[in-house]
Amino acid sequence: MANNPLTPGIAAGRLSSEVLDRNFADLHPPLDRHEALVAADRCYFCHDAPCVTACPTTIDIPLFIRQIATGTPEAAARTIFDQNILGGMCARVCPTETLCEEACVREVAEGRPVEIGRLQRFATDTMMARDSHPYERAEKTGKQIAVVGAGPAGLACAHRLAMHGHEVVVFDLRPKPGGLNEYGVASYKTVDGFAQAEVEWLIGIGGIKIRHGMRLSDGLDLDELIKNHDAVFLGIGLAGVNALRVEGMDLQGVDDAVEFIADLRQTGDLSNLAIGRNVVVVGGGMTAIDAAVQSRLLGAETVTIVYRRGRDRMSASRYEQDLATSKGVRIVTNARPVCVIGDGAVQEVEFEYTRDATNGLEGSGETFRLAADQVFMAIGQKLEDAPDVLQIEGGKIRIDESGRTSLEGVWAGGDCATGGDDLTVTAVAEGRDAAENIHKAILASTGTADEPPRHGIESG
Amino acid sequence: MANLACEFVGIRSPNPFWLASAPPTDKEYNVRRAFEAGWGGVVWKTLGEEGPPIVNVNGPRYGAVWGADRRLLGLNNIELITDRPLETNLQEIKTVKRDYPDRAVVVSLMVPCVEDAWKAILPLVEDTGADGIELNFGCPHGMSERGMGSAVGQVPDYIEMVTRWCKQNTRMPVIVKLTPNITDIRYPARASKAGGADAVSLINTVSSITAVNLDTYSPEPSIDGKGTHGGFCGPAVKPIALNMVAQIASDPESEGLPISGIGGVTTWRDAAEFLTLGAGNVQVCTAAMTYGFKIVQEMISGLGDWMDEKDHASVDDVVGRAVPNFTDWQYLNLNYVTKARIDQDLCIGCGRCFAACEDTSHQAIAMNPERKFEVIDEECVACNLCVNVCPVEDCITMEELAPGVVDPRTGQDVVADYGNWTTHPNNPGVCAAE
Repeated sequence: MANNPLTPGIAAGRLSSEVLDRNFADLHPPLDRHEALVAADRCYFCHDAPCVTACPTTIDIPLFIRQIATGTPEAAARTIFDQNILGGMCARVCPTETLCEEACVREVAEGRPVEIGRLQRFATDTMMARDSHPYERAEKTGKQIAVVGAGPAGLACAHRLAMHGHEVVVFDLRPKPGGLNEYGVASYKTVDGFAQAEVEWLIGIGGIKIRHGMRLSDGLDLDELIKNHDAVFLGIGLAGVNALRVEGMDLQGVDDAVEFIADLRQTGDLSNLAIGRNVVVVGGGMTAIDAAVQSRLLGAETVTIVYRRGRDRMSASRYEQDLATSKGVRIVTNARPVCVIGDGAVQEVEFEYTRDATNGLEGSGETFRLAADQVFMAIGQKLEDAPDVLQIEGGKIRIDESGRTSLEGVWAGGDCATGGDDLTVTAVAEGRDAAENIHKAILASTGTADEPPRHGIESG
Repeated sequence: MANLACEFVGIRSPNPFWLASAPPTDKEYNVRRAFEAGWGGVVWKTLGEEGPPIVNVNGPRYGAVWGADRRLLGLNNIELITDRPLETNLQEIKTVKRDYPDRAVVVSLMVPCVEDAWKAILPLVEDTGADGIELNFGCPHGMSERGMGSAVGQVPDYIEMVTRWCKQNTRMPVIVKLTPNITDIRYPARASKAGGADAVSLINTVSSITAVNLDTYSPEPSIDGKGTHGGFCGPAVKPIALNMVAQIASDPESEGLPISGIGGVTTWRDAAEFLTLGAGNVQVCTAAMTYGFKIVQEMISGLGDWMDEKDHASVDDVVGRAVPNFTDWQYLNLNYVTKARIDQDLCIGCGRCFAACEDTSHQAIAMNPERKFEVIDEECVACNLCVNVCPVEDCITMEELAPGVVDPRTGQDVVADYGNWTTHPNNPGVCAAE
């Protein structure tokens, strides 16, 4: 092995393939059948369960866990998919520690919740291992809907529309569908190509076509889409990244964390992926954590997350913060970058400590420097490509509670839209609910009576 | 430390924990291991008359009922009495008793219902130096079809007859093991006493089918696609056994008849409960078959600690302590009024009490929007279901209403005096007597 964690600069192959394989293995390995039964038995089957209330997609968690406990994981999976067709991915990437598992009464009682996420994965994995799709489409309506963005919101919307008998075309810029599931989630959370497998399984319902290499600002025109389709759903995410205006940002080695995470996911052999010896990540969200942890797992000697406010203000959950520190990432809080220093390539980053003042954050005057061969910026994403005709609110496409934008015939959901909290699971909920509203609108326009719900599906 | 040594129908043992007649006591090897582990005594697995050995099935002999994490809650068996030659068993019993003179060795017997058969086997057992015999009138499967086991135990006259034969033909104490597969356990106990039995032991196993295989439609355990009823034992049968022990202990007609308590004894606590309801000792099987012989160490330490805590110097001090409190429903105090109380600090908000009460009981628990659960005294009949379904110990309790306080449900004052059904105005029996 030519390189190791101490190799100066940015280098690939700091760790052996065996170590890399181990480092990037499933963060939460799947439960086997017996483990699932034991974990399921811990559920109290609460009345009007707090975990269900806490789930953005309102999955009937006590019911699906009871179905696992009684040996019917496929029935459990149907309970999950009825509400959340991306229940497999959500089982892996949901911050359950701040959602269902935080609300679990056993968390209240003993600080150890029912392992809802892993149980959900057990159920969904069991059904997805079958070579068939669990839902049937309603009779074809002949209606065509355009979905822009093949991320969680777009896919959830497309699936629900297809189920109601509509034809759906999904447009996406990237060569693979999945959006952040494919490009934006830490590798150890969704191993073995699960994101693609899930999309293939999802479109198994039929009636969904995916077209790649197309985006609203390039090849796709909203007016055309509206003209040629019965409805349009925008699930375009936040394609832009926020930039930091400090000196030295143009130095070699200053990179965008989102891009790094995407590159890592698309790299077949991780020993070919270069990483700095000393890595600094600026930011306090999930992207910062994912970039930092994976830098360490690739063999960076030191990785430091620097966040401008206190730990409690980081949008990454405490669990994720602890995951990072357990992997050897250092988290420095209350400091902001002043400048990036280097000669062609980055060598150091200078930070200034901060404190809360009446009119926001202010520098304390005290500075420090961190050695850095690579700096990842993870200070948030922003909306890009949103057509001017749409009303924007707080940097996002304004939608009402049924997912309608300010423009007739256009719905939106997921990270690009107002509301929600930039989670896969909220994107799924919004895509699903927008689909129900689109369906309702189409029925109303054609004067068709409301058809009875299929498979006990509710609109949420 | 309390003295756990006890004497049961004249048989001494260092503690009241005996292994019941069952697979664990089928041979010398196992019994030696049991005694080394600390068991106070054994009832040797049932011997039959001389002749070709008993034949067992060669497929599974046990079925099971499991709780969470495959914790064994109940076992069902279709094994018959010992399938080893009589002479081998007798020889081993003799050797073991010689080597462990301080332990109880009782021999379980089951031979055909003719006096000669009993006359033939009793001297052979006596010759081993065994401390006593236990008549297996309980086994509900296999042997009962041949007129033995529970076929005898279900007919009090036969029990009395065979017990008498035994008492007339041996000096050894005679314990009669009863089957629970009858309507009223007091009749076979009375018959045992009438026949001269020194004691009864109960319960033997409960006739059962543990499960049905939903692929093959065979009852479990399945022998080549067919199943038969077996005998159920283990923790699941304990409540049935406790009641039957208490029934006999409180029956004036069998007063003074010693009882060896059997049925789901798994921990020291189970044993203590049997003792308080009148058992002079306990016999254990399923717990040992599940966890091995070592469990007796927990039973010994647990019973001893509890007796120390309660200042009970000997096992005899414990035996029967709860019997005076075992009564018929008609004598329960109807003027004793309680209400469920929910400790809000302990409540974890699962809402199971609400679901149970709202769906299946008296709509006596209110759920407010903050998931706070409160008892509605106007509706609460104190059924205890909320207490039973609550996953948190002591979170919901039944609190007594003091005399003089108005019960909001009935609008009546709580009466201080004891009053039961026999004198209740709604009792037609009372009216008829007037």
